[in-house]
Amino acid sequence: MAIAESGMPEEAEVGPFYHINVKVNGKAYETEVETRLLLVHFLREQLGLTGTHIGCDTSNCGACTVLLDGKAVKSCAVLAVQANGREVRTVEGLAADGNLHPIQEGFMQEHGLQCGFCTPGMMMSAVALLSKTPHPSEQQIRMGISGNLCRCTGYVNIVKSIQYAAQKMEGGGKK
Amino acid sequence: MIPPRFEYHAPVSLDEAVGLLERYGGDAKVLAGGQSLIPILKLRLAEPRALIDINRIPNLAYIREDNEFLRIGALTRANELLDSSMIQEKYPILTEAADDIADPVVRNMGTVGGNVSHGDPANDLPACMLALGAWFAARGPRGSRTIPAGEFYQSTFVTALEPSEILTEIRIPKARVRQGNAYSKLEKRVGDFPIVGVAANLFLSPKGTIETAGIGLTAVAPTARVAKEAAESLHGREPTEDVIRRAASLAMGAAQPTSDLRGPADYKRAMVGVLARRALTLAVKRARGGG
Repeated sequence: MAIAESGMPEEAEVGPFYHINVKVNGKAYETEVETRLLLVHFLREQLGLTGTHIGCDTSNCGACTVLLDGKAVKSCAVLAVQANGREVRTVEGLAADGNLHPIQEGFMQEHGLQCGFCTPGMMMSAVALLSKTPHPSEQQIRMGISGNLCRCTGYVNIVKSIQYAAQKMEGGGKK
Repeated sequence: MIPPRFEYHAPVSLDEAVGLLERYGGDAKVLAGGQSLIPILKLRLAEPRALIDINRIPNLAYIREDNEFLRIGALTRANELLDSSMIQEKYPILTEAADDIADPVVRNMGTVGGNVSHGDPANDLPACMLALGAWFAARGPRGSRTIPAGEFYQSTFVTALEPSEILTEIRIPKARVRQGNAYSKLEKRVGDFPIVGVAANLFLSPKGTIETAGIGLTAVAPTARVAKEAAESLHGREPTEDVIRRAASLAMGAAQPTSDLRGPADYKRAMVGVLARRALTLAVKRARGGG
């Protein structure tokens, strides 16, 4: 069970399928997906958006966190069909016009990552946190990212990165 | 891990959803937040023929009070419960339990209805519903009915809901003066299932004695469990430290924990005593207008 079978059909047979309309990072997609397709596989394998990582694949680690209608969700525990008619934002949708999002800048400036595996999910949770709580206390940041695991940093620099972004966004930055 | 194949339906009304459940005759699962169901599918613990996604049905997500009840729509997300200032103020037991459910990301999807109706003895809200004397409203092919929480939990993952029924609303008797409640939980880390949880709810008389009390236990039996004797030992008594201690030790007697990765049975039973004392003490403080 530990080895992911991602992408490999078990048998030649596929389906059933379901028609979905979904917006990802502002771009509309209309497609047929297998009903059992997970949102994370849809993003990575069908749209090629591999910035969203698959970590534990059991909705613990949060590496696969994306925004669904603005709320952070673990895309390994959401079906692609559940995103029908809704809007998804992934780490690829953070930077705009060649400028990094404040949260990306924060992770860079404050050394918020080492191996970088948890980083996309961590940043998406942080963006969701900051949209709901623009001036979070350290405690609120720590609780806000408590669904995202990092095994490198001890979280100290991640908290600093989010504080950096909060400050930057307060100064008239973008969301 | 990839879930097994299933047919998928996204009905837009309760009647349509119930019709679909009936059509599959017990071989379909209701998809609400999916935070238990999707991992279960991935682990092949269940392979239903169809999923009936109820998220497109309007008016199933709300938190409101009327003269009799606090009414929570089954599709209300755990985070909506946690963020409600009315709940924080008048039903702190629910805020405490919601705060303990999984983690903030999972709580954006996970629903109150799913948490209470999944039948997992390690879910946090069932014990609270038992302590509060809640009712569950369900819609099925023969119409609607309400089921008291005390009759709902039959065995692990088995509830009083029939295969063609959908839980639609949770009804909790409206908060009164001199009522207090609390949920105490022990967990190894954020997002883990509880080692033990204890829910306590009580009413004080104008004289300050306990009129009635309810105690529910999480993760120490095949289902969420009522600690009946413990609660009844409080009736008519002044809530002194001794009275609370005695009730807590009776609550330990109602626990039938098993030894597992989260600890040996004796340890869990002992923790029921500790948490029951904490939850009852806090409930009394709140009933007196503090805490």
